[in-house]
Amino acid sequence: MTAKKVTGSQALILSLMEEGVDTIFGYPGGAIMPVYDALYDFDKEVKHILTRHEQGAIHGAQGYARVSGKPGIVLATSGPGATNLMTGIADAMIDSTPLVCITGQVAEPLLGTDAFQESDIVGMSIPVTKWNYQITTPEEIPGVIAQAFYIATTGRPGPVLIDVTKDAQFGELDYKYEKCTKIRSYVPETSIDPHQIKAAAELINEAKKPLLFVGQGIIISHAEEEVKAFIEKTGIPAAWTLLGLSALPTDHPLNVGMLGMHGNYGPNKLTNEADLIIAVGMRFDDRVTGKVSEYAKKAKIIHIEIDPAEIDKIVKTDVAVLGDAKKALKMLIDNVNPNNHENWHNEFKKCDAIENEKVIQKDLYPTKPGLTMGEAVRIVSEKTNNEAILVTDVGQHQMIAQRYFGFKKSRSNVTSGGLGTMGFCLPAAMGAQLGAPDRTVVGVVGDGGFQMTIQELGTIAQNKLPVKIMLLNNNFLGMVRQWQQLFFEKRYSFTELHNPDFITIGKGFGIPGHTVDKREDLDASIKKMLDHDGPYLLEVKIEKEDNVFPMVPTGASVSDVILEP
Amino acid sequence: MRKEYILTVYSENHIGLLTRITNVFTRRKTNIDSLTVSESALQGIYKFTIVIHCTDAMAVKLVSQIEKQIDVLKAFYHTNEEMIFQEIALYKVPIEPIYESDTIEKIVRKAGARILEITKDYVVIEKTGHKEDTQALFEELNQFKVMQFIRSGRVAITRDPIERLSEFLKERDAFLTSLD
Repeated sequence: MTAKKVTGSQALILSLMEEGVDTIFGYPGGAIMPVYDALYDFDKEVKHILTRHEQGAIHGAQGYARVSGKPGIVLATSGPGATNLMTGIADAMIDSTPLVCITGQVAEPLLGTDAFQESDIVGMSIPVTKWNYQITTPEEIPGVIAQAFYIATTGRPGPVLIDVTKDAQFGELDYKYEKCTKIRSYVPETSIDPHQIKAAAELINEAKKPLLFVGQGIIISHAEEEVKAFIEKTGIPAAWTLLGLSALPTDHPLNVGMLGMHGNYGPNKLTNEADLIIAVGMRFDDRVTGKVSEYAKKAKIIHIEIDPAEIDKIVKTDVAVLGDAKKALKMLIDNVNPNNHENWHNEFKKCDAIENEKVIQKDLYPTKPGLTMGEAVRIVSEKTNNEAILVTDVGQHQMIAQRYFGFKKSRSNVTSGGLGTMGFCLPAAMGAQLGAPDRTVVGVVGDGGFQMTIQELGTIAQNKLPVKIMLLNNNFLGMVRQWQQLFFEKRYSFTELHNPDFITIGKGFGIPGHTVDKREDLDASIKKMLDHDGPYLLEVKIEKEDNVFPMVPTGASVSDVILEP
Repeated sequence: MRKEYILTVYSENHIGLLTRITNVFTRRKTNIDSLTVSESALQGIYKFTIVIHCTDAMAVKLVSQIEKQIDVLKAFYHTNEEMIFQEIALYKVPIEPIYESDTIEKIVRKAGARILEITKDYVVIEKTGHKEDTQALFEELNQFKVMQFIRSGRVAITRDPIERLSEFLKERDAFLTSLD
């Protein structure tokens, strides 16, 4: 490829295009203006989504990345523009979401002088980025961008931040682009050791009560078919983590539900009965393990994981299979014996019956007057034929939606898992719609989180994105209130919200909507939202003090999961 | 059980990497007792020698999280017994006591230290050894009111007959070539 003379800014845009970028989420400002000027010439090739806040841009990019499997691209200016990205970067880091964030920076001679809108974003973002780098000369741009994409998308994905000084954007270079295929100090994926596969297969073939955990690693490595084939051959029940949701169809007979603090009764309770755990692409988050010293004590642990730092981080493994989940499962399938584990499945069925009676029926088909979050979620899921993309915020509504929404296709669940970022839903739903334009995207959000990034209604309206927003409003920060009720003697310290008229706010942004507070109107209301051609806001006024169960209280063992207060 | 560990980290020489590495300790609230960074025998590869007090399990986790950093090639951890290590200390002592008696000269001889510079005001003494040795010399010299004292971070070399870094680099080179 021959070189041509371009500015640093043009090189940046051309480099992004070389990496197949078609959508950028961003917000302009002084130190990134040359890049925005270059972008002006490429508005046919690259769609730029102007958000209302940089946090909206980065959560948008996260939603886009999670549904499309492609890295999310964020553009922001220096100083406050860059620091406003930090929450999203931290969120993407802990949830392994590939992002390439590009921030403008003051010109190189001004670095370190407290110049206008200068912030040391490289220093600040070190603990929350997979990699970051500051570009101060135009010549560095193509090479560094190539590395950024390679690092963000390979191995365990994560966010990368590239800070570009304004003079590097203005300067000229001889541009040519070469994709990055290797870095001496970084091996994203090790080849799988057949001895480990053999050792794992032996444990699997001997196990009487094996349980497989489906983590997001299954989705990231496109191992949905492999995990299905594996469990179907071995008859091993599979439980998914919050981020593993949608990797299997919800109604797959071997899918026993969700792990974790508000997961299903069976998988939590029976984790401590299992004699073998096969954890695939997950990291034993404390919300999954509960009290670690009493976790899965009867089980041997097989951990299939691409990130070596996750092995033995929380739970000591008996067999660690380092590498890509898809490849590992493919190799394992050939080495395991067919089985059905019928008695073991019956134990799950018993747990399911208990949970169904004590919790699920009351959530989904309530007989009390107030609307429940569960029934609203159930109706949306039914009416979208379990084919919609669910995007949630953080809190009670999140747990309820993740418990009761049904999935048929992978990459249909977008939520802030590890960081638990309120305000995630609305911009992430916007990004998810851009990443999957042909699919129905439903954002289920609480009244607290909605107000943290409510300004992105403007972006949704401007771009005519047909996002369906179902606001579950209890005028409370519900999850905190639930904890206050259960663990802080009902001392409701600063959790009640005096809320605005959300429908009027939506209308102000040009987004139609209505409120529903009666059960007899709920079905038609949800239909109206889903049938509407364009974005729609449905406010569901739900019971003020409902709780989410089952629950593994903090510090308790998973087998001490409770079904009622 | 907490004890002293020596971590050695081999990395590219990139701006910000020191912060990335020290951040791993910050996050786990582990204090760095000593830190030395310089270019290794291999041009372009930098070596960090980090001394910490922690449990064995923590040392393992710290090493794996350091290795996770993109610009880090390899990290190892060792107990003191597995390494030969030294620190260097400099002592600036006033000149008068040297005129008055041969005590300082005797202390220097006994400690295996050496004199680097003598001026009309002070003498600078250098001692290489373990922290206990350089500290003991400080205590002895301090009867003459040491004017300045500085001890370096630790440098260390493994006792292992196998050069694990060289082995590692050979494997890595083979792997990178296989990607072409």
